[in-house]
Amino acid sequence: MSGLLAVWQSRDVFLWGAANTLLLVLGCLLLSIPLGILLAILLTESPGPLRRSLAELVDLLRCVPFLLLAYLVYYGLPELGLRLDPWWAGLASLTLYTTAYLAEIFRAAFLAVARDSIEAAHAFGLSRGLLYRRIILPQVAITAAPLIGNQVITTIRDSALLMIITVQELTFAANFVSANTFTPFAPFAAAVGLYLLMSFVIEAGVRRMERVRKVRFG
Amino acid sequence: MTWPAIRTILDGAVVTAMLAAVSILLSLPLGLLLALLRWRRVPVLAGALAAFVSLVRATPFITLVLFVFFILPSAGIQLDPVPAAILALTINTAAFSSEIWRAALQTFSRDQREAAAAFGLSERQIFTRIVFPQIWRANLGPLISEVTILLKCTPAVAVIGVVEITRAAGRVGAETYEPLPPFLVATLIYTALIATLVRGQRVVERRIARRYGVTR
Repeated sequence: MSGLLAVWQSRDVFLWGAANTLLLVLGCLLLSIPLGILLAILLTESPGPLRRSLAELVDLLRCVPFLLLAYLVYYGLPELGLRLDPWWAGLASLTLYTTAYLAEIFRAAFLAVARDSIEAAHAFGLSRGLLYRRIILPQVAITAAPLIGNQVITTIRDSALLMIITVQELTFAANFVSANTFTPFAPFAAAVGLYLLMSFVIEAGVRRMERVRKVRFG
Repeated sequence: MTWPAIRTILDGAVVTAMLAAVSILLSLPLGLLLALLRWRRVPVLAGALAAFVSLVRATPFITLVLFVFFILPSAGIQLDPVPAAILALTINTAAFSSEIWRAALQTFSRDQREAAAAFGLSERQIFTRIVFPQIWRANLGPLISEVTILLKCTPAVAVIGVVEITRAAGRVGAETYEPLPPFLVATLIYTALIATLVRGQRVVERRIARRYGVTR
């Protein structure tokens, strides 16, 4: 009981932590979804040498543990003369990392779009911009929804690692309250509950997209 | 960076490799066990395991590490950093890999199982002779991905004081007041380890394709 009380008394800390986690993840998605789409288009359409070097870059990023990337951004940017506080360094590294994974997801989804609908669009004289906007991207949004949902959950999980570079997100808050109130269990249970809630919301969103897919494509 | 500093990080790499190896050996069979128990639909257990898996899948790995190391002692389970790290890695990867095994079991050809039963094979024989040899080959890709994810999770155990690659690099950085070079070396080591695993997966996949024909 005393644990629950401690959590309730320090609810401000939790709300601040949860808000920071959400803000980081939303900010990251707002940046990395357009960047991922752009990168995926470059990965499918750009000429040989550029395409190969971008593919190498994406593969390289996918081999690096997120914490190390966060350290490299946090300690590396000041060397380049750009001093960021932990929060912004965290957002930058989370965005860089997520963009690489999303680009792969979008690239695979582009390849899965039926060739005949693309050829029909060409036959109707659609410009490349319209082709992507009206034909390819709507289909991709529906077919890639489960993978994107998984990636969003992974991003939420990765954002917790930013506590190590002192970003005050949800796990940081739980650890802080746990260390200061001598009630170890309840703060972590509260944090895990909030993470679970976030992942339920995303899974519900994915299920909704799957219903849309069933209605449209059977 | 000096040679002793690089040696410190390489010593960390040995610890990382050891942690990863032990956790893989524990968690992949445990994941299979979880999947089998859920597949058999044991009444209460299956529901509890489903809840456990979604709980672990939603929890950030570092939160799990902090939980195992700082919270379990209050329930009377006191672990040193290395066993705590192995336990956290094992729980995490067992939960994720159990989903891979479960999907494999669910999509396994019903005809083959029925044919095996018609030939009088016992449940256990059907699993060890027919089902398992096929599902591990068909799911090698996802399983190796899970192993690379495990490797990418290991830096998080640095927070509880396990001196693996990341913590060793942090130490070197703290001594020299130049954190960037050791972290770059650490990143290179991780990249090399993970790239080796992915390369190894391709080799094994080609071997399997040559010997058994293309799976799936």
